[in-house]
Amino acid sequence: MSNPTPAPPMAKFDPEQAGKFFFKHGHTGWLGLRYNDHGENWVELELPWREDLLGDPDRAVLASGPIISLMDMASGMSIWQTKTAFTPVATLDLRVDYQRPARERASVFGRVECYRTTRSAAFVRGIAHDGNPDDPVAHVAGVFMTIAVDPRSKSKVMTTANNGAKSDG
Amino acid sequence: MGDAPETASLPAYAHSLGIRFDRIEDALPVLTVDFGPNVEGRPGALHGGATAGLLENAGYAALRMVLAHEDRDAVLKPINITVQYLSAGRQKQTYALGRITRLGRRNANLTVEAWQDDRARPIATAVMNILMA
Repeated sequence: MSNPTPAPPMAKFDPEQAGKFFFKHGHTGWLGLRYNDHGENWVELELPWREDLLGDPDRAVLASGPIISLMDMASGMSIWQTKTAFTPVATLDLRVDYQRPARERASVFGRVECYRTTRSAAFVRGIAHDGNPDDPVAHVAGVFMTIAVDPRSKSKVMTTANNGAKSDG
Repeated sequence: MGDAPETASLPAYAHSLGIRFDRIEDALPVLTVDFGPNVEGRPGALHGGATAGLLENAGYAALRMVLAHEDRDAVLKPINITVQYLSAGRQKQTYALGRITRLGRRNANLTVEAWQDDRARPIATAVMNILMA
């Protein structure tokens, strides 16, 4: 029952720097995610508005799928920010409650805090908003598991991080 | 590359990510997405957000098909989704099928399953509530 601060054989996790790697590749790169802000145990990312991410033929509103991706990524980064180190995690369970559609042509911001970590699990909660955090688009809650690192690949952890690692789903 | 009409009816986001109609199973649509950079998270693995996007689209597609069979026309709005991730998605084609657990007048409750090469071993499931306005 503690929040063990790992003594990682690597530099302190920096969400802004990590974002530069994460968002160059793969799904989050394709979405065009950007780092926006962070605190001691939270990270906020931005999902810029894009026409080909619309979810409804009749309204210029972002689909909810990309919002889940945004929140999933912000969740992982909030965990590393809280643990102050990149450790591979897998999403176990993620719940999104949609409050209202995002405004047309508006970026959506995902702000997630990691409010609890144990040896093997991390608990997160957060909001998606389109400019005003007091009027959220969605609320999110999730649980992540830390993945046991294969001893053979231990030295590759930082490389993996730089390659845009995140939840394997 | 003639798309099935069911593929054409998917939203822009689904087209952009590469989600398409695969086949009908038990009178419900199976959607699929190929593995590629668009859906990659941890190197060599499917991103949890892409998995959720496929699950969610399969849920909406199933509900739209059932409503069409009943000659009902409704604007669908998301209430919530809970995704359970069961095992890592590999560098393979992924499928998803949604089933309607309860269809009411104003809302529907769905369960959706995603799998890769083993239909009996889902990689993720979701429960969705959808408002029909």
